[in-house]
Amino acid sequence: MTTTLTDTEEIRLVADAMRRRVLLHTIASNGGYLCQTCSSAEALATLYLRIMHLGPSAGPLIPPRFEGVPRPGRPPGAGAAYNGVDEPGNDRFILSCTHYSLGLYALLIETGRLDERALEHYNEDGSTVEQIGAEHSPGIEVTTGSLAQGLSQGLGMAMGKRRRGHSGRVWVFMSDGELEEGETWEAFNMAAHQRLDNLSVYLDANGNQCDGPVTTVSTVEPIAERVRAFGWRVTEVDGHDPDALAAPALEARDGRPTLVVCRTSPWHGIPSLNSRKNQHYVRFRPGEEEVALAELGLSSSGVAR
Amino acid sequence: MKTSSDSESRSKGDAAVADPEVIIRPYARHFVEWAKDKPDVLCLSADLTGSCEVDDFRDAYPDRFISCGMAEQNMMAFAGGLAREGFIPIVHTFGVFVTRRPYDQVAMSIGYPNLKVRLMGFLPGVMTPGGVTHQAIDDVALMRSIPNMTVLACGDATDVESILEVTEDIDGPVYCRVLRGEVQKLFDTPMRLDRARLLSEGTDVCVLTEGVCTSEALHAVAALREKGVSVSHLHVSTLKPFTDPAILEAVAGVRFGIITMENHLVSGGLGTVTSELITDHGLGKRLVRIGLRDTYAHGGSLRYLMDYCGLSAQNLVDEVERLIERPLGIKLGPRPVEKSESAAPANAESL
Repeated sequence: MTTTLTDTEEIRLVADAMRRRVLLHTIASNGGYLCQTCSSAEALATLYLRIMHLGPSAGPLIPPRFEGVPRPGRPPGAGAAYNGVDEPGNDRFILSCTHYSLGLYALLIETGRLDERALEHYNEDGSTVEQIGAEHSPGIEVTTGSLAQGLSQGLGMAMGKRRRGHSGRVWVFMSDGELEEGETWEAFNMAAHQRLDNLSVYLDANGNQCDGPVTTVSTVEPIAERVRAFGWRVTEVDGHDPDALAAPALEARDGRPTLVVCRTSPWHGIPSLNSRKNQHYVRFRPGEEEVALAELGLSSSGVAR
Repeated sequence: MKTSSDSESRSKGDAAVADPEVIIRPYARHFVEWAKDKPDVLCLSADLTGSCEVDDFRDAYPDRFISCGMAEQNMMAFAGGLAREGFIPIVHTFGVFVTRRPYDQVAMSIGYPNLKVRLMGFLPGVMTPGGVTHQAIDDVALMRSIPNMTVLACGDATDVESILEVTEDIDGPVYCRVLRGEVQKLFDTPMRLDRARLLSEGTDVCVLTEGVCTSEALHAVAALREKGVSVSHLHVSTLKPFTDPAILEAVAGVRFGIITMENHLVSGGLGTVTSELITDHGLGKRLVRIGLRDTYAHGGSLRYLMDYCGLSAQNLVDEVERLIERPLGIKLGPRPVEKSESAAPANAESL
């Protein structure tokens, strides 16, 4: 007898698998962007599994070696192929906060778009599976690591798609710290002015940035009220609840671009991370990793209990 | 001191006319005409629509005109996004606002992915009475430093009327220094990529000029030739790449040295690319760079500013005298005010 998973159950399983994979990788590599995966796993998985209209991956399961930067005769990178061929009806996905790349790679693996051995090349010289991915990296469609530029590029792509009459939409995934960049607000302003309702943003409000809690660095709250005042349709959701995450994307478009503020925890699934001072980049001290592994139901050798 | 005879130095090629016609708003008219049958060409503007002469485009093709507001960082990355969808965004604002304010966006959202975005920078150098905030004295240096970026500069109305054609075959981003308002027409043949205009040939001194400095230098070169100095003069409209064999030949072939004159800092622009050419080819030639020397300018008329910055025909003559170590006794006298928008009373929009 077979059982069929609901969408929601599948998203939860994928998100848990992302956390386990990134935790094991962080332990094996003596450091990693683990908290970003803990906060964003359900949102990214919901986008890939339930919201976005992506074609099947057109990228090789084992990513190619780095073959050079874009230049005349060499078009921009091949990372987009992992999200499917660029066709009028397909959506495009922009990961603006590319510190989240490791989590995205894990998601691509869990969804069959990437071989699990791809992570063996993570942060390896000459590899495209870069720590802070660029557009040659799997799933990274445009080069966005300079924060806020992803949203503006997505705005341009959304405008392009509307002009062409394409049904494909543009989804941007960004973080709360990025709201400190002035360009973000330029883009919010223009998107509303141009009534680009084929542009949607999922924002991982995990409350953390490089220097520590966002509240101690520079105030960006209240995010929803601020962006709503710019003319966007804004919804605030529990960023670990797949159904809540999917709901705003299912609403009929009304001329306003959409922002979904995903309220998340950077230690979701691994509560022991809560006590860490640095949640931007996690490097375990002796004894800590066993606790984290146990919290995700893994033995100290990384095997599921 | 012996200089080459007059018979050796002669004008040829892209002859510049002595009493040039003045063309009114050449960019405005040409852009509308050029874009007529190009539906993927989009005009982006950042609240300087009349000032960058794209009001005619806006009125002719309102559907292809996109007002981005005073938000240049977003505009640049937005243009990159449009280019990824197959459009050719032509971005219009003042040179300072193309280069300084949104530099990272130009480098990462346009330069890195080598996208076909055209950045039209108006008011290059000291072409504006608007003062230091509006004077793009470093734009060539900044744009030249971005890998994949091509850098072009207009020197007359014909350059302005042909620069968009030049961009058509460039597989990557282009920065253009554009002249506006009343622009002298010096040349009859269109601008060509990486090909300088050879205005005179000579073997004593090679003069390389860009932008409005070319018109100024023509007066100096004429006076120098009358005094028997053999001057080669080339008008440079492509600053990157800088691989025109005619420039290399002219630079390599002169006896005393090379003088560059640019409406820009002497660092990072024409003077710098020329020094790189000389060193890369091991030519060991003297080079005198005329331009702004590690300083800002301020507000004033074009004539005043060109004199203030040493961008005058007389200063070029003086530098040639020093280079060839021979007094020539040339006094050009006060030059008439050039026709340009800065000769007219400044109005709010022109700033």
